[in-house]
Amino acid sequence: MSDRSRVRAFVALCTSRLREYYREPEVLFWGFVFPLLLSAALAVAFRERPPEPSRVAVITGPGAASVMDAFERAPLVEGALSSAAAAGRDLRMARVDLVVVPPPTADDVVEYRHDPSRPEAGIARSRVDDALQRAAGRQDVLAARDVQTGDPGGRYVDFLVPGLVGLNLMSAGMWGVGFVLVDMRIKKLLRRLLATPMRASDFLAAQMATRVAFTIFEVVVLLGFGHLALGVPVRGGVLAILVVSVLGGLTFAGLGLLVASRARRIETVTGLMNVVMLPMFIASGVFFSVDRFPAAVQPLLRALPLTALNEALRAVTLEGASLWSQGPHLLLLAAWGIVCFGVGLRLFRWS
Amino acid sequence: MSSAVPAVVVAELRKDYGPVQAVRGVSFTIDTGTCFGLLGPNGAGKTTTVEILEGLLPPTSGEVRVLGRRWGRDDREIRERLGVCLQQTVLSEKLEVGETLSLFRAFYREGRPPEEVIAEVGLSEKRRARVGTLSGGQKQRLAVACALVGDPELLFLDEPTTGLDPQSRRQVWDLVRRFKDRGRTVLLTTHYMDEAEKLCDQLAVIDHGQFIAEGSPAELIRSLGGDHVIEVAVEEGETPPPPDELAGLPAVRSVHRDALRLTLSVTEPHVALPALLARLDSAGRSLASLSTRHASLEDVFVSLTGRHLRDE
Repeated sequence: MSDRSRVRAFVALCTSRLREYYREPEVLFWGFVFPLLLSAALAVAFRERPPEPSRVAVITGPGAASVMDAFERAPLVEGALSSAAAAGRDLRMARVDLVVVPPPTADDVVEYRHDPSRPEAGIARSRVDDALQRAAGRQDVLAARDVQTGDPGGRYVDFLVPGLVGLNLMSAGMWGVGFVLVDMRIKKLLRRLLATPMRASDFLAAQMATRVAFTIFEVVVLLGFGHLALGVPVRGGVLAILVVSVLGGLTFAGLGLLVASRARRIETVTGLMNVVMLPMFIASGVFFSVDRFPAAVQPLLRALPLTALNEALRAVTLEGASLWSQGPHLLLLAAWGIVCFGVGLRLFRWS
Repeated sequence: MSSAVPAVVVAELRKDYGPVQAVRGVSFTIDTGTCFGLLGPNGAGKTTTVEILEGLLPPTSGEVRVLGRRWGRDDREIRERLGVCLQQTVLSEKLEVGETLSLFRAFYREGRPPEEVIAEVGLSEKRRARVGTLSGGQKQRLAVACALVGDPELLFLDEPTTGLDPQSRRQVWDLVRRFKDRGRTVLLTTHYMDEAEKLCDQLAVIDHGQFIAEGSPAELIRSLGGDHVIEVAVEEGETPPPPDELAGLPAVRSVHRDALRLTLSVTEPHVALPALLARLDSAGRSLASLSTRHASLEDVFVSLTGRHLRDE
């Protein structure tokens, strides 16, 4: 067969796949709208806020007025007078962070009631104690100066968006290749194509090539949204980010091919996909860092392809790291991709 | 196209699936320019045979030559000249009719313009319609169009009209006839007798993986001994007379009985009928129904196997 007609067949396969893709509304929803909504929702939930004042109940009594007076000068303490019973209830319901029982006379002790397992309680105690001690005449012996930072790049949303890009590349790659192949096998479309002079390798290459095209599109949309709407910094070169993404997209397309290589039922491939994707969804550092897991399982988690992809994406995007510095991650990804693709091809059945 | 080499030559073809013998030694030849029909009930081995000829299944043993070439050696050459319509292929629902044909056209070195094939199968008005919106008959014509767009010399159609309404079936038949009129070769499987009679020059009746009869439709019908069939049924509660008692009647060539019904192959109905009625009358049986018709391949199948084609 001449090269020209092979190119024609390859282009026709790619075009058909692209058409099927953008004519599938569900694909657009799960591929784009859903990750955008998710990152927007999480960005709102974890948005930057001014420090929250501590909510403090002051039990009414002889010393309450001077306590409230001291709180007037403490901007981060919000005091309210309350009966002992009501204050106890509010404390249990976490409506207040701390209850102050004022000293009836200047010689008595002030009592702080709080639940030490709540992080707010400790903060409230420090602030209240500080305000009351100053009001009682304490002098600071060491001079201090505050320097406030709020670096973009250190926020949760900055951590999250590259993780969501990685997650999206995984699920889109696996579904986009694996599910489609099984669907075509069930409909006997694979068999029908095999009955033409089409080359099997051209067909699979077209699947991979279209996946690369979708990957670039998906990354540009998701990171673009993160950058423009959520202020996520993009410090790395666009080319480096795309190289990492395309490698990740191909790796998961290979994993999708492997998962889909034998399945003859949609239920089978769906189950296999979930078995493969769910552990990575949780443990590959999409929503929180891999460092949070026990040290013993870390080597295992770091060997997962999505972990490598997420770490490389974060380093390149947030820190502007070079591709070279991400070599180990990229090699790991490539190894996963090559092995899965090779084994998948070996096992692949057309009908 | 050289008519010296037959389009298909099959010798002693066998296919086992584990202990199951799906095809048990069939041999046949399809001459260029003819339509060959494989006729048989579901599970008879038709699809297995065709898929081996299409190079989609390896045979367990036997010789297969398609267009003078062998699978495993000249696959691409055969595929370039072969059109295939599998049983129940679902084409991509998201693609348009025209796009689907352009895709298939792109696989072939040479072929026909998709527009021309779309017009031939009568889907010009549906050129921009998504495949998912087509009716069953339109989808089937599109499947045939996908087989035609590579301008094949040989066309394999596996149950091309199963499940279609009568009008769609006739449209598919027209396509097959037009293809054959251009001197091309067709192999078709079917479990419809009328389809085989209308389209095929040569037929093989296949049952349990073996050929049980071969010949032209007319020859097969003639093998019954008569061109006409008389069917009679007796009233419920009575038993029809035993077949051998009736086989000796004038112009009767064979008799087949199931439950209340008798089927007689006859050469001359006007001779056989009066004798039959007289015999039933003298035996004291009362008629529930009587009909006469031309013999069909269905009758051939029943007389060969004792079963109807559509029985499972």
